[in-house]
Amino acid sequence: MPVDLRTGLGHIELPNPILTASGCAASGRELAQFFDISKIGAVVTKSVMLAPRAGRPTPRMVETDSGMLNSIGLQGPGIDAFLQRDLPWLLSRGARAIVSIAGGSVDEYAELAGRLSEAAGVTAIEVNISCPNVADRGQVFACDPDASASVIEAVRGRARYDIPVFAKLSPDVTDIVTVARSCVAAGADGLAMINTLLGMAIDPDTMRPVLAGITGGLSGPGIRPVAVRCIWQVREALPDIPIIGMGGVRTGRDALEFILAGADMVSVGTAIFHDPLACPRILRELEEELATRGVGRLRDVVGLAHEPVGAARLRGSAHSAHSGQSGQGSHSGQNVRSARYRKP
Amino acid sequence: MTAEDGETGVAPVQVRGTVLTVRRVDAYYAMTVVAPPVAERFRPGQFIAIAVGGPHTAMLLRRAFSIYDVRPDHGGTVEFVFAEVGRGTQWLARRRARDMLDLAGPLGRPFPIPRDPANCLLIGGGYGSAPLFSLADRLRARDCRVDFLLGAASADRVFGALTARRTGRTAVITTDDGSLGARGMVTDVLSQVIHDARTDVIYACGPMPMLAEVTAVAGKYDIPVLAAVEEVMACGIGVCMTCVLPVRGSDGVTRMVRSCVDGPVFRGDQVRWDDVGTIPFDALGAPGWKARAGSAG
Repeated sequence: MPVDLRTGLGHIELPNPILTASGCAASGRELAQFFDISKIGAVVTKSVMLAPRAGRPTPRMVETDSGMLNSIGLQGPGIDAFLQRDLPWLLSRGARAIVSIAGGSVDEYAELAGRLSEAAGVTAIEVNISCPNVADRGQVFACDPDASASVIEAVRGRARYDIPVFAKLSPDVTDIVTVARSCVAAGADGLAMINTLLGMAIDPDTMRPVLAGITGGLSGPGIRPVAVRCIWQVREALPDIPIIGMGGVRTGRDALEFILAGADMVSVGTAIFHDPLACPRILRELEEELATRGVGRLRDVVGLAHEPVGAARLRGSAHSAHSGQSGQGSHSGQNVRSARYRKP
Repeated sequence: MTAEDGETGVAPVQVRGTVLTVRRVDAYYAMTVVAPPVAERFRPGQFIAIAVGGPHTAMLLRRAFSIYDVRPDHGGTVEFVFAEVGRGTQWLARRRARDMLDLAGPLGRPFPIPRDPANCLLIGGGYGSAPLFSLADRLRARDCRVDFLLGAASADRVFGALTARRTGRTAVITTDDGSLGARGMVTDVLSQVIHDARTDVIYACGPMPMLAEVTAVAGKYDIPVLAAVEEVMACGIGVCMTCVLPVRGSDGVTRMVRSCVDGPVFRGDQVRWDDVGTIPFDALGAPGWKARAGSAG
């Protein structure tokens, strides 16, 4: 049974929910050597800034248990080169482009949104207000609800009306829901979470920090429970806002966990470093996980874990389908849909 | 410049390959894996990135190794050399025949080959010499003369000394402790070797300080150096941006380039060796950097 994997990005529809995570796929060109990038939901590009940026010195990376720390510092070619070279290439391959933008000031974000709006073919903008690899923690807008709102308001004001704007949130805050609400109130069409957690490693042999930038962003399967918690909390507070979930997704089962927590789309990041084919593999595995459970439509299970236990019991047929009694799939799908607490 | 530029090669592949052999070679291990599509695309200087630790491993990052040799048996095999230095390579050293490995490759730009026959000096530090032997075969096939200069800390860390002596027109070995060849470092004898071998071009692979020194010495004689760098990588395929180093382009602009896809082979005189590990103030996009009039951003 083919599963309907279509998902929403504001008013735009994607064929499936699996995206690359910003900063883990460059602008798609390298991964396209390994698989057809038009077959995944979208390519979320590495955060682009107005000017070219060299980033931080090396070493920029250290492997941790079930994760890694990175301290790249937003190295990139700048918006001119991106618009001349990277975006047209992505579109020529039939890929959908969600462009991540980063800036040092509210004005820079706004100008980037304006530049992207003049270009044809941008599916959505993901506003990276949460990169931890900047010299000044005061620049991490996502740590402050008001600063986040100013950026989102400026971007929403300058971005073309039909380009959805997603705010990328940091887990390194006291209450992610406050920041999420603030972004939505400022006009965000959706939310993306989570960015990396600020971390650090010291080499006991050299007795000094491993990363040249001292601190770095922690990513990988080790942070997955943090991501699930953030998605859960935000979905609970904002039932109708589209969410791009990310943080340590390595398998289709992991992606399903995020979807059950409330993610409409799932970005795959660090797993790509381990497996260049991670995106198409996770997409295939997710479809299998859904089919096994008798789920016919992805949308039916978005946020399903929020249902009270009583409602979940209605899905007995889904469990029996899981144990081999197929044929009740569409039935369970209807039950799931009727029990869905979100507005369609 | 006697070498051709920009052999870009073909797209890499990700494959599961069967381990054929794992053998100890002095202080190192050499592993052969059946991977026909990698073997068939390979050019000397390219590398592979191997997933370590098994399916649910806590070690997420691939380990990158120069390809030592490819052979046509079993449809195509790839051999690489590694030292047991961390958890990942420890795991790798415990693999046995018929185990499966996930590898991506061939990755990176290969060594350019001279258009016309030339006297080529191949310099390797430690097991950095591994990619030089397939290069030597290819150079000889183009009627180049091949001399070797290999160095390491001690005799058991000089990889391929025997092959170098057997196949090179000359082979000079240096060790820090004098346990094999001359006591000292390759750069101590480099001027003499260049003179004796009438070297036209140098190919080098090894630690950064060695590559920097080799480039400096070769510069005195106006000899081009093609250096394969060993940088720490996370992905090996160009998406993570961790393996960057400052390289001055032919337009005079220094950029932080990825050693995995823009390298690992660079022209020695274009790498800003003294600035590796930093962001030079004049690098494109460095803090305070401003686009000069006429130079596109």
